[in-house]
Amino acid sequence: MDQFFFYMFSAVILVMALLCVTAKNAVHSAIFLIGTLLGVAGLYLHLGAEFLAGVQVILYVGGIMVLFLFVIMLVNIDQTLKEAIFSGQWKLGLIGVALLGVELVWFVAKGTGLPEKPETHAAAPAAAQLGNVQQVGDVLFQSYLLPFEIASILLLVAMVGAVVMAKKRI
Amino acid sequence: MIPISNYLFLSTALMTIGVLGVLTRRNMVIILMSVELILNAVNINLVAFSHYWGTVHGQTFAIFIIADAAAEVAVGLGLLIALFRNKEVVNADQIELLKW
Repeated sequence: MDQFFFYMFSAVILVMALLCVTAKNAVHSAIFLIGTLLGVAGLYLHLGAEFLAGVQVILYVGGIMVLFLFVIMLVNIDQTLKEAIFSGQWKLGLIGVALLGVELVWFVAKGTGLPEKPETHAAAPAAAQLGNVQQVGDVLFQSYLLPFEIASILLLVAMVGAVVMAKKRI
Repeated sequence: MIPISNYLFLSTALMTIGVLGVLTRRNMVIILMSVELILNAVNINLVAFSHYWGTVHGQTFAIFIIADAAAEVAVGLGLLIALFRNKEVVNADQIELLKW
């Protein structure tokens, strides 16, 4: 059962990602990207990361993809449907991608295994009784409080930047 | 129990597809979407290792990456709209102001 779900989600992710990259119409591309993101959310559920799966669906599919579709509608010109979808450097790009893929697969396949799990996780069973959301919250607001605040500042800067970019006259 | 290398291979494949999209597509919206694919590949790695070690630190990092992805998309699409208003193009290879 474990294996079945893993391979099903993997197939969904990879097929949808390939379709997303090769689709002619940008709207179709966005729909296929939503499929990929939902597949990744399923994989998170399968890995026991329920909170992250929820965040993925709400934030990516509900937020980011709506933004994408909005911009596609805004700048969609029918002319792009008649033009070539791949740039002139696609052969060079394909060679580079093939090299990158070979390199990454080689590294993963040749890896000498993971270090042994440390024994210090004896306290983990007690923590495992907490829910996933509670565990993530504990870690996020204790160990990673400063990065959390920095991320909020980053989002503020991005918001200001997006408004400055998209507004006609400030 | 699925070996962790399977997750790494999946993430490698997803990242390769994302790089393919960034390098070969012309439409800038789709280039930004391919960047999202790359970020998701990274997230799969982080969550798989988090599952392997039995802690939630990897998931916490994945949350930060999702926040960064949101910021990146907001700024990227803002740039795209500004560019479209000034030059009426959405293709990456038609932007050659700095080319000599």
